[in-house]
Amino acid sequence: MSIKDRLGKELLFLDGGMGTLLQAQGLEAGELPEAWNIKYPERVRQIHQRYKEAGSDIVLANTFGANRCKFHDTEYSLEEVIKAGIENAKQTGAFVALDVGPTGKLLKPLGDLSFEEAYEVFAEAVRYGEKYGADLIHIETMSDTYEVKAAVLAAKENSSLPVFATMIFDEKGKLLTGGDVPSVVAMLEGLRVDAIGMNCGLGPKQALPILKTMRKYSSLPIIVKPNAGLPKQKDGETYYDVEPEEFAETMLEIVNAGAAAIGGCCGTTPDHIREMVKSCRGQSILPLEKKHDTIVSSYGQAVLLGEKPVIIGERINPTGKKRLKEALKTKDFDYILKEAITQQDAGAHILDVNVGLPDIDEVSMMKEVVQQIQSVTNLPLQIDTVDVAAMEAAMRIYNGKPMLNSVSGKKESMDTVFPLVQKYGGVVVGLTLDETGIPETADGRVEIAGKIISEAEKYGIDKKDIVIDVLTMTISSEKDGAKVALKALSKVREQYGVRTVLGVSNISFGLPRRPVINGHFYSMAMLNGLSAGIINPSSAEMMQAYDSYVALMGYDENCQSYITKYAVAQTEQPVKKESAKMTLHYAIERGLKEESYKITRELVKEKDSLDIIKEELIPALNVVGEGFEKGSVFLPQLLMSADAAKMAFAVIKEQLSKANIQEEKKNKILLATVKGDIHDIGKNIVKVLLENYGFEVIDMGKDVAPEAIVQRVKEEHIKLVGLSALMTTTVVSMEETIRQLKKAGLQCKVMVGGAVLNQEYADMIGADFYGKDAMQSVHFAQEYFG
Amino acid sequence: MDRRVSEAVRYLGYGKNAVDDRTRNLIALSFQELEQVAAVKSVYQFFSCIVEKEEEVRIGTMEVRSRNLAKNMKGCQEAAMFGITLGTGADLLIRKYMVTDMAKAVVTQACAAVLLEEACDDLQEKIKKEKAKEDLWIRPRFSPGYGDFDIHHQKDILRILDTHKKIGLSMTDSYMLTPTKSVTALIGICKEEMQCHKTGCESCTQLDCQYRRN
Repeated sequence: MSIKDRLGKELLFLDGGMGTLLQAQGLEAGELPEAWNIKYPERVRQIHQRYKEAGSDIVLANTFGANRCKFHDTEYSLEEVIKAGIENAKQTGAFVALDVGPTGKLLKPLGDLSFEEAYEVFAEAVRYGEKYGADLIHIETMSDTYEVKAAVLAAKENSSLPVFATMIFDEKGKLLTGGDVPSVVAMLEGLRVDAIGMNCGLGPKQALPILKTMRKYSSLPIIVKPNAGLPKQKDGETYYDVEPEEFAETMLEIVNAGAAAIGGCCGTTPDHIREMVKSCRGQSILPLEKKHDTIVSSYGQAVLLGEKPVIIGERINPTGKKRLKEALKTKDFDYILKEAITQQDAGAHILDVNVGLPDIDEVSMMKEVVQQIQSVTNLPLQIDTVDVAAMEAAMRIYNGKPMLNSVSGKKESMDTVFPLVQKYGGVVVGLTLDETGIPETADGRVEIAGKIISEAEKYGIDKKDIVIDVLTMTISSEKDGAKVALKALSKVREQYGVRTVLGVSNISFGLPRRPVINGHFYSMAMLNGLSAGIINPSSAEMMQAYDSYVALMGYDENCQSYITKYAVAQTEQPVKKESAKMTLHYAIERGLKEESYKITRELVKEKDSLDIIKEELIPALNVVGEGFEKGSVFLPQLLMSADAAKMAFAVIKEQLSKANIQEEKKNKILLATVKGDIHDIGKNIVKVLLENYGFEVIDMGKDVAPEAIVQRVKEEHIKLVGLSALMTTTVVSMEETIRQLKKAGLQCKVMVGGAVLNQEYADMIGADFYGKDAMQSVHFAQEYFG
Repeated sequence: MDRRVSEAVRYLGYGKNAVDDRTRNLIALSFQELEQVAAVKSVYQFFSCIVEKEEEVRIGTMEVRSRNLAKNMKGCQEAAMFGITLGTGADLLIRKYMVTDMAKAVVTQACAAVLLEEACDDLQEKIKKEKAKEDLWIRPRFSPGYGDFDIHHQKDILRILDTHKKIGLSMTDSYMLTPTKSVTALIGICKEEMQCHKTGCESCTQLDCQYRRN
C-alpha cells in the first residue's frame, strides 16, 4: 500500500530527532550534518535503522539542510548529498521522505531572498529527491508562510510525490513571522498539501492545544512531531528532558485529540519513538472532518467570513480616481501604500487591489503592488482583475490565501479561473452573471450562483471557497436594483449556505450625496445576509452603518468598540478653533500635520498657490533646516516639519490640478539603497527632504542592483543619483554602481551617504559628493541644479 | 528621565540638548507599540577560547584574526557566543511608518535599538550570573564588525548557533542580520575580574561622537 492509501486512515509513525544523535557521534556545532551522508554513511544508516526497528513507518532522509543556500562551495555537490541521503534511508525498507527544511535565509521584503529564488532552491532539491527514489516530500520546521509556500509549490510542480508540510509554532500558536494556526491551515489547504502539521518548537504537552486548534480548522490529516519537551539551557548547551515514557503518554493523548501521523523532533531518540509506538500502536485515528469556514489569510492573520460581516476596502482601484491612476503610471508606490494603511486604520479587514489601466503591464504591476502592500500591512488582499495572467502571477507570489475578484457564470471565466483556485488556493468571488448577461430577477441570479458552485465542485473547490456577489445595480436607472439584490442575497444564503459579497456603493451611482444612500443600503444588505461589503472605510456614513450593525446584532461585546470609537470622536472638536489663528509658517515649523493641512485648505481659497510656497512654506522649512544644521532642531522635529510641509504641498498640488495649472517641471533625482543592503531608513529621510525642497524623487527602494539603476538613469535621463549603504560590505555595491554608471558614459553625478561612509571613503569609491546628513544632500542638489 | 527614554533621545542625536515634548511623546508611544510587536529571542552557547599571539583567537571551531578581539579576550579560556533578535515585528512596524510618518519611523527605529541593547544587557547579565557560580568573570561583549573583527564571521556565528532554526535569525548575502534588529556577539570568560562596563559606549575611543553617552 502506498503512503497516500494509508494516510488519514490509520495512524502513521514517523521517526525522531537526527541532529542530536549525530552530535553525539561527533558532529561539530556548525558542521553541515548532510555531509555525513557521504562521509560517514554507516553512522547515518544506523540511526535510520534504529528508528525503523523502533516502529517508524516513515523515515526522513538526512536532507534537512540539503539545499543550494547551504551547499555551495562545499566538499560534496548537492546532488551527491541528496542521493546518498535517500539511499541511506532506503536501506531500512521503510517509506522514505525527502526532508526539506528552510533555506536558512529570510525572504523579501524583510530579507534578501526573493520568492522565486526560494522556489528554485526547493525545486532543485525536490527534483533530486524524486530522482533518487523518495516516497514523499516532507517540508518541515518552517516558520514563515512565504517560505513554506515556495517549498510546497516547488514540491508539487517538480514531483508527483505526496507533500507533507509542518511548521513551528510557539506556545501561543504563533509562527516566528506572526502567522497563526488558521492562517497556516487556510494557506496550506489551499495549496492542496496531503498532510499538514507542526514540528519542533514545542514539547508534546504544549503541542496538544495547538493540535486542537488545528483540528478545528483543518480537514486534512494532521502530523505532530514535537521535541522532547521545551528546550532548556545549561552551561550554554541546549537539552530536552522529557523521557521516553512521558513522551509516549502525551503522544497517546495527541492521537486521541486527532493526530493522524506522529513522531518526534529535537531531543527525541529511537527510545522515545519505541515507547511512543508501543503506547499508540493499534489506536484508531479520529475520522477526518470536513470544515466549512470561509477563510482568507495573509502572512500574519486569518480573516473569517462568518456571521459577523467584514469590510473589504475598495480604495485601491483606479476607476474614477485620477490620483491613483497617476500613481500607478509613475510607479508612486508610496501613495498606494498609504491608501492601504489608511484603509487598515479606518477599519478594513481585507483590501481590494485592482491596478487595471489601459496602457499598463498589469501582470508585473499587480505582482509589484501586491508584494509592496504585503510589506506594510498584514491584511489579507483581494486580487481584483479580469486579466487571468495577472491573477495567476499575483496568486503565485501572494503570501497567504488570497481572495479573488472574480469568476462569473460564463463558461470561459470558470474554465480559466477555477484551475487557478484549484492550484494556488483562494476564496473566489462568484459574480451572478453569465453569457446572457445579468438576470433581472433575484431567482435568475440565484440560479447562476448555483451553477458556479456546482462547476467549482468539479475542480474540488468546496463552496466554502466561493463567495457570491449578487451584483448591485444603481437605483437611479434600475428601480428595483436594491430590492432584487437584497432578495438575492438572502436567497443565496438560504439555498446554498454560502457567504456573500457586494460592491455596495454602486447602488447610488448618478445620485447626489451618495454616502447617504450607500450607508442605508449597506445596513439593509448586512441584515439580509451580506458577509463582506466592498466599501470605502474612510466614509463616515459607511462606518457608522457598519459599527451600528455590529453593535445592534450583538457582535460587539458590551458595545466596547462602538464606545471607544464614538466617545473619543466627540471630544476632539475644539482643536479646530485654535488652528484658525495659527499661521502655516508656525504649523510647519512646529511639525503640526493636521493644522498644516487645514490652514492650507483655507489659504488656497484666497492666496495664489505659488505665493503660499514662496512666502510661507519655504521660509518655514528654511528655519527648521537651519536649526537642524546649527544643532537646535533634531531629526524627529525636522521630519515632523517635513511631513507637515508635505501635507501643505499636497493641498496645493490638488488645487493646481483642479485649476488645470501645470506644475513647474521639477528636477529629477534618483535614490536607491544599494544591492545587498536592506536598511533604507536613511535613504527615506533624504527622500522626504528632497521632495520638500521641490525635487522629484524617483525612489527605487532597497537592495537595488547596479544594472537596474543604470537602466533607470538612462530611461529617465537622470542627472543626479543618491546612493545609500549602511555597512562596509554593502559599500562594495555602491562602488560597483558608481563604476557601472561611469562605464555606461552617463552624464550624471552621484551623491552618497550612510553610516560607515566619510569623505575619504566617498572619494575612494568615486562619488561626486558625500552628504554627512540629509540636509547636506539637499544643499548639494540645490547647488547642482542651480 | 527614564533611562530608556534618555537612551532613545541619545540615539536620535540630541546630544546634551533637551528633548522637545512632541518627540518625547512619540518615544513613549513607540515603546508601547514595540512592546506589542517585538518578541525577543536569543540563543547562546559556551566554547573554549584560545588566544594566540597578538591577533589570533580560536572560539570553538571558529578561527578569527583580529587584534581588537584578541585584546578583548586576552586571558580568557572560555567564551560565550550569542545571537539575539527582536524578530520581524519591529522591522514591519518601522516599514509601515516609513510610508506614513517618517518622524515616527526614526523614533521607532531608535526605540527598537534601545530595546535590543537592553535585551543584550539582560542576556549578558544572565551569562554573568551563571559564570559567577564558577567564580568566573565576564568581559564586555564584542560583535563582528567592531574594530578589526571581520564582519564575515557573522556567518560562522549564525551557523554554529543554528540561529535560523532556533530564533529565526539569519543574514543577507552582504552579512547584514535579518531581522535587522538583531545582534551576534562574543563574551570572554576569565578567572580574573577586570573593569567591565555593562555597555560599550564609554569604552569607545571616538570622544566627539554625537551619540556618546555622558
